[in-house]
Amino acid sequence: MTKGSVLILGATSDMAQAVARSYAALGHPLQLAARRPEALEKLKTDLELRHSVPVSLHAFDVLDTGSHPAFIETLPVLPEIAICAVGMMGEQVENEQDMAAAAQVMRSNYEGPATILALLANRFDARGSGQIVGISSVAGLRGRATNYVYGSAKAGFTAFLSGLRNRFAKRNVHVLTVLPGFVATRMTEGMDLPPRLTAEPEEVAEAIVKALNKGRNVIYVRKIWWPIMAIITSIPEAIFKKLRI
Amino acid sequence: MSELSGWGRFPGHKTQLSAPRSEGAITARVAEGRAIARGNGRAYGDSAVGARQTVSMRHFNHMLSFDAETGVLVAEAGVILGDVISAFLPRGWFPAVTPGTKFVTLGGMIAADVHGKNHHKDGSFGNFIDWIELIGPDGTLRRCSPRSNDELFRRTIGGMGLTGVILRCAIRLRPVESAWIRQTMQPLENLDAALEAFEAADAATYSVAWIDCLSQGDRLGRSLLMLGEHATAAELSEDKVRYPFETPQKNKKTVPFDLPQGLLSQYTVRAFNALYYWKGARQSGKSLVDWDTYFYPLDAILGWNRIYGRKGFMQFQCALPLESSPEGLRALLEATSEAGAGSFLAVLKRFGEQESPFSFPMLGYTLALDFPVNAKTLALMEELDRITLDYGGRFYLAKDSRMSAETLHRSDPRAADYAAYRDSEGLRAPFQSRQSERLSL
Repeated sequence: MTKGSVLILGATSDMAQAVARSYAALGHPLQLAARRPEALEKLKTDLELRHSVPVSLHAFDVLDTGSHPAFIETLPVLPEIAICAVGMMGEQVENEQDMAAAAQVMRSNYEGPATILALLANRFDARGSGQIVGISSVAGLRGRATNYVYGSAKAGFTAFLSGLRNRFAKRNVHVLTVLPGFVATRMTEGMDLPPRLTAEPEEVAEAIVKALNKGRNVIYVRKIWWPIMAIITSIPEAIFKKLRI
Repeated sequence: MSELSGWGRFPGHKTQLSAPRSEGAITARVAEGRAIARGNGRAYGDSAVGARQTVSMRHFNHMLSFDAETGVLVAEAGVILGDVISAFLPRGWFPAVTPGTKFVTLGGMIAADVHGKNHHKDGSFGNFIDWIELIGPDGTLRRCSPRSNDELFRRTIGGMGLTGVILRCAIRLRPVESAWIRQTMQPLENLDAALEAFEAADAATYSVAWIDCLSQGDRLGRSLLMLGEHATAAELSEDKVRYPFETPQKNKKTVPFDLPQGLLSQYTVRAFNALYYWKGARQSGKSLVDWDTYFYPLDAILGWNRIYGRKGFMQFQCALPLESSPEGLRALLEATSEAGAGSFLAVLKRFGEQESPFSFPMLGYTLALDFPVNAKTLALMEELDRITLDYGGRFYLAKDSRMSAETLHRSDPRAADYAAYRDSEGLRAPFQSRQSERLSL
């Protein structure tokens, strides 16, 4: 039996590449989409050599939402699984002063991802099958002074995914929300992250594959994030606003 | 700065560890001086711990092309050997030379010029490299091969990463008809019998002996010799021939924490060795073994380096010339068994001819032993160094973590020649591992 194609949006990120490796190893054809697809040529060759699966590359600009319908038409086939790994952290200090930069972060983490996934979800629904994975963030669970611009956009994205899941609950379209916690990637390189809380990109990939197989709805990657976020979200606002975490 | 060590987890050193994603970023690291490239950290000692900069090659892990006619694979240096096997064994190709673990990188295999159980027939890994591309001290990328930059090529093979950062290479795989090995196991009651059996088994593709280094007297050096051949399709049973490259999935076991020091005492190791020998002797004769079990028995236990406890362990591996091997090996085994410092994993192997600028193998025999780190074993290893020197042998740098510069230079005149080459090419300041510094290379 041939396996369903997997579309990965934002495929140049470390997490996306780890996910691509996992699905290629399982024998799924891949559609890798990124703003600069030429940066993925080396990965494409590598995956084809290692796993003998077809890999296609596609130009995709998450901010150019008007181009999204046409982008879907360029795919060789409507995928069975669509994974959105698009994200942009930005600099919080800059985002506080420069509203153009802030808007860019908001659009990259919420508007763009939500738009493309909504279009894909409608097509999956029309076909009668499909799985959607949105990589969101624990930063979206509560706004903090240190990264609330990014966090608020992720909060919007998380809510959007939850709504999509609710809408399709009785249809054959499944939506998985991933809240990875800290991950050792290019985005976090040079940050001093606590090792016990920090997952490798490969762990995120394994968690996604497993969660989709089991039909899970919302996952953290490292389980320790569940109690941490349970505490952080339950602190009364009067106290929370004075904390520096 | 982070504390870094090799697979033996001894010694640990402070070093600036980075994992560049571009050639430019590698060059920038090298420019800071005293840098060494690091693959998957499987060298036992401090070979891949930079004196200042340690450049992890883990982001350079792409396979770039494969020629299904010739079996030539072009890949980046950080590609793991096990991934090469996963990708190409199902298509009928296997590494021409493999060390005892598949968790090494191609770059590391070149730098250590690794040998396998077929050295007596096929030589070392260096014999199967078409070309190497490496980043030099000034950041220029150079391709070297037997036809161009041939001195750099020859010195990079077995050069312990001290000629530059190996970035890409083209290696030749060997065609095989199945994923199975026809194994012949022979129990041998002492060293003389083992050496005789090795000489008689010269025609075998693969040969290696596990050796009980705690047995004494008449039984000194009792061993299990394991010979192997790639099974042809015709040699497989009907159920296997249908899918000749499929072997049963093995359950991986993990050592989850450091075992207490001293668990591997003289007594437990003695008991293990006795048990292992008798088990092997009972299974003597021919059998069909899957590639993973035959070549990489220890890989099935992830993190096995933790069985020696928190302080880590050391490996001793020397090669002795053919004519002095019987006496030299006897002296090494006697010293080991007298010290009662039995090694859990002791391996004896016949080497064939090899002429190279700085690679380890030489015509003769190689013995590998490992020991937990303590005062007694450190003293024993000094003694084993002396015996090796007395019998004209030399040492495997991929295993070394504690030898002195004097011992190295006395054992191997090529070391001085290599150091002089490094000076003349301006390689000494940019490329330094903790090991090369310790050994004055």
